[in-house]
Formats: sequence, structure tokens, C-alpha cells
Amino acid sequence: MSRFFVEFKMAQAAVEVPPKGGFSFDLCRRNEMLSNKGVPPPSFRKTGTTIVGLIFQDGVILGADTRATEGPIVCDKNCEKIHYMAPNIYCCGAGTAADTEAVTDMVSSQLQLHRYHTGRESRVVTALSLLKSHLFNYQGYVQAALVLGGVDANGPNLHTIYPHGSTDTLPFATMGSGSLAAMAVFESKYHEGLTKEEGINLVCEAICSGIFNDLGSGSNVDVCVITKGHKEYLRNHQLPNPRTYVSSKGFSFPKKTEVLLTRVTPLLEKVEVVNGGDAMEE
Amino acid sequence: MAGTGEIRSCSDGGLCKSAGKRLTTEFLSCIKCQVKLTKQQANWSPYDNGGSCVAVAGADYCVVAADTRMSSGYNILTRDYSKICKLADKCVMASSGFQADVKALQKLLAARHLIYQHQHNKQMSCPAMAQLLSNTLYYKRFFPYYSFNVLGGLDSEGKGCVFTYDAVGSYEKVGYSSQGSGSTLIMPFLDNQLKSPSPLLLPALDAVTPLSESEAVDLVKTVFASATERDIYTGDKLEIVIINAEGIRREYMELRKD
Repeated sequence: MSRFFVEFKMAQAAVEVPPKGGFSFDLCRRNEMLSNKGVPPPSFRKTGTTIVGLIFQDGVILGADTRATEGPIVCDKNCEKIHYMAPNIYCCGAGTAADTEAVTDMVSSQLQLHRYHTGRESRVVTALSLLKSHLFNYQGYVQAALVLGGVDANGPNLHTIYPHGSTDTLPFATMGSGSLAAMAVFESKYHEGLTKEEGINLVCEAICSGIFNDLGSGSNVDVCVITKGHKEYLRNHQLPNPRTYVSSKGFSFPKKTEVLLTRVTPLLEKVEVVNGGDAMEE
Repeated sequence: MAGTGEIRSCSDGGLCKSAGKRLTTEFLSCIKCQVKLTKQQANWSPYDNGGSCVAVAGADYCVVAADTRMSSGYNILTRDYSKICKLADKCVMASSGFQADVKALQKLLAARHLIYQHQHNKQMSCPAMAQLLSNTLYYKRFFPYYSFNVLGGLDSEGKGCVFTYDAVGSYEKVGYSSQGSGSTLIMPFLDNQLKSPSPLLLPALDAVTPLSESEAVDLVKTVFASATERDIYTGDKLEIVIINAEGIRREYMELRKD
């Protein structure tokens, strides 16, 4: 039996981990075995989410809700889903929170290095290519669905990026679990040549539609307006969900953890302390 | 190397056809069994319409409350659905879980109550209704009503009583209880504010809370406002039913709609 294990180990050593990085799937069989035995896998934090973007006459407006969920529980009532990519490019993220954060941070720093290298303002299509190739390389395992918007030398740009790496270029876009609710609003009311106020109002309406009709989205509305040479990040532009009831008399929490029993056992009687023992091994 | 001189069987419990054959892979089971193990599981279930309910018993009153949101997956089906049902004169039930089963259960209990009234010429008391509900639920032990209930009312002496159930009829008389998607958020707070004496003490201590009726209603409103903040299935509106010696009274409060 021991020879079997030795051979098995040797056989495993012959299987190399892919040298260029990428995912290591070693633990997949263990995870399967655990879930067959009834141990549920840990849930990860998803941003249930409604994210939108639209192009108006002077540039691009992005919008997002602010609720992050872990299954049925809200874990963050006011998180930020509109991520900075470049001074003229912002990206909204839906899907697994860690994935959207990591991928946008990574591409943002790649863009900065590129700006130093070229000496020019970043272009939205650069960010788009970096994001889509990263996501495609991971074959959809990096669950980030993004709405990328910005204004560069080619004018205003709006793109959606799906977790498997496909992209769309659109005049208005929505992503996330509340995307259908938001898209219903856009399809009814969007037209070309919106002014800034009209655009912001439409984005807020679409996000509110997601907030109130989708259980994965909620709390407040964040808006980001990007125009040529200028951007406005309106954090918590609307707060349509105040707490409905605050008790006037308040509550007291007098019960601390009760001490039921105290017992002190001195250990000197049980242990011999020898001075000058062996030196620790290096 | 793998397979040299070692005969070993696929680890899949001996039911595999490769059992006893030399495996050509380094893995502990043959490919077919591995594929079987990775079968996709359906992970959508229609059996939950969400929502939370709470009941608190006092010295001469009982407060039963539930939110009015009915949902399915990430969608809201309606913002105005009552989960509370009056079963008898002084007995009210709030249920969360699968609302189709809840509706069927309420119908059945109403019919049984009518029969009781015809046979005994009086209304059922709350403890009697509690036993009836338990028996009704256990009757379907092997295809249960997906319904998590709390029963609240006044017993024959006029004192508040609350009974809490699981899906198959196990019940207990308690001073307060919560069920539903928000119960994990609500119960610890109720435990902290209304700590009930241990049920193991003898003689059995009274579980009803010393709070006044308005304080209990205030507590219930706070509890739901807090649960709504963190539970996506709880919200829209809160329906509160208060039972006391004068009769049954209903109150409503708005909750967050997101």
C-alpha cells in the first residue's frame, strides 16, 4: 500500500503546473469531494447590481447603485462600483466584487505605465483591449461584467465587457442583475443629443428602476459625468432609501458576557522550568 | 510511474466497471466516474417567496408582525401581500416560506376551525389551535408544507402566548419568535432585549415579556427596519396585528422599498 502512495506522488510530480501562471486547478477534486459530503462552498461577495452608461451630446455618463450582497444578505450598503481607470476613463463593475476591483485596478496601472511610455492621454479602446484579453485568458472564471466609458481623442466611447471576454460598443448600456429594469427605462426614454441634465436624470431614473425592482440592487445612486478634459464624480448623487424608522427611546444593551465560573490553576506545580536549556535550532 | 504492476480499482465504491482493472491515469478513479461526480446540479428552487415574521407575547396582549413583500429569485412579485391570517377570535398566524403552501394551510385550518365551532359551539382557544396546526403539519411529514409559522394570541386566561413551528410541526410555547429569511438577523436582537428564561428551569418561569404594548410595537418596528437594511427579501411594508382583550387591531408601517 505504501508503494502505491509513493508511485502516486511521483506521478503527480510529473504533472507540471503551467509555467506562465494562470489558475491551478489542484483543489477542484477536493472541493468536489467536500460538496459531495455536504460541506457547502463558501459564498463570495457579488455586487448584485445595476450599472448603466450612456452617451450624451458632450460625452459619457456612467451610473451605478451601491449595494453589495453576499447571497441574501447585504454586506455593504454603500460600496463604490464606479472605478477609476484613467483621468478621462471610468469603469463600472458588476459580478464578483473581488474580480471587478482586481481587474480594474490592474488595467488602471497598466494604463498609467502606458501613459508614461507614450506621453499621451489614454484611449478607451486601449483599456477595452487590455480588459477583454485578460478576461478571455481566464475563460470566464474572472466573473467581472463591466461598463467602460470615457472621452478621448476619438470622442466619447461607451463599451460593455462580458465575463468571457466579448465586448459591445453601444450608445447606451446596462449590466448586472438589474440590467433589465434599467434597460426598460433606457429603451423608452433615450434619444440622441441629450443634454447633461437630461442625461443625468435619465441615468438616475434607470438606476432607481434597478434599485426598486431588483432585489440584488439597492441603496443609493452614484453618477460619473465625463466630458472632454473634465470629469465629475457624483458620489451618492441620490439617496432615495433613508431608514424608515428610528426608535425615539433607543435601546440599552446591559447584558455583557456573563462570567459563570472562574478557576485559576497555577502551572508551576506541574512543569519543571530548567534554566539554560538547548539552544533553538536554526 | 502510474499503473506499473499495481492493480487498483476505481475508488467509486466498487460499482464501477473499472473495478479491479489497472488504471492508466494517476487519478484515484476512472474518467467515467469522475465525469459522474461533476454532474451539474440544478440550483434554482421555486420554493421560497421570502419575507420575515415575528411574534411577541406580553402579559395581556400579543403582537404579530410580518412584512408584505412577496418575491421570487431577484424579482418582486408584489409589495402588498399579507402573510398574516386570523385563524380564530384570539388567534393569529404569520407564515413565511412558500406562499402557495401557506395559502393551502390557512384554508385547511379555517375549515377545521369551522367544524370545531359546529361541534363544540365555541371558538378554538390559542393552545388548541397550536396543537391543531402541529398535527396538520406532521400529517404531511413526508411531503411537507414549506411553511415556517409563528402563531400568536391570547390563551383562555387572557395572557399572551406565542408558538413557534418548523416546517413539519415541531412546536414550542415561547415568549417571542421570528421565522423567515430575516429571522437570523432578528432573533439575536430579540434574544438580547427580551431574554427569555431557560426552559430547563423548574418551576417553569413565565416567558412573556414585561414590556408594555406600545413598547413591544416599537421594538417590532425597529427590528423590521433593521432587518430590511440587511436582508434583500424583507421590505416594502410592515403589517402589525395586535391582539388584546378588546379585540384585534391592525397597523401598517412603510419599510425600504429597494
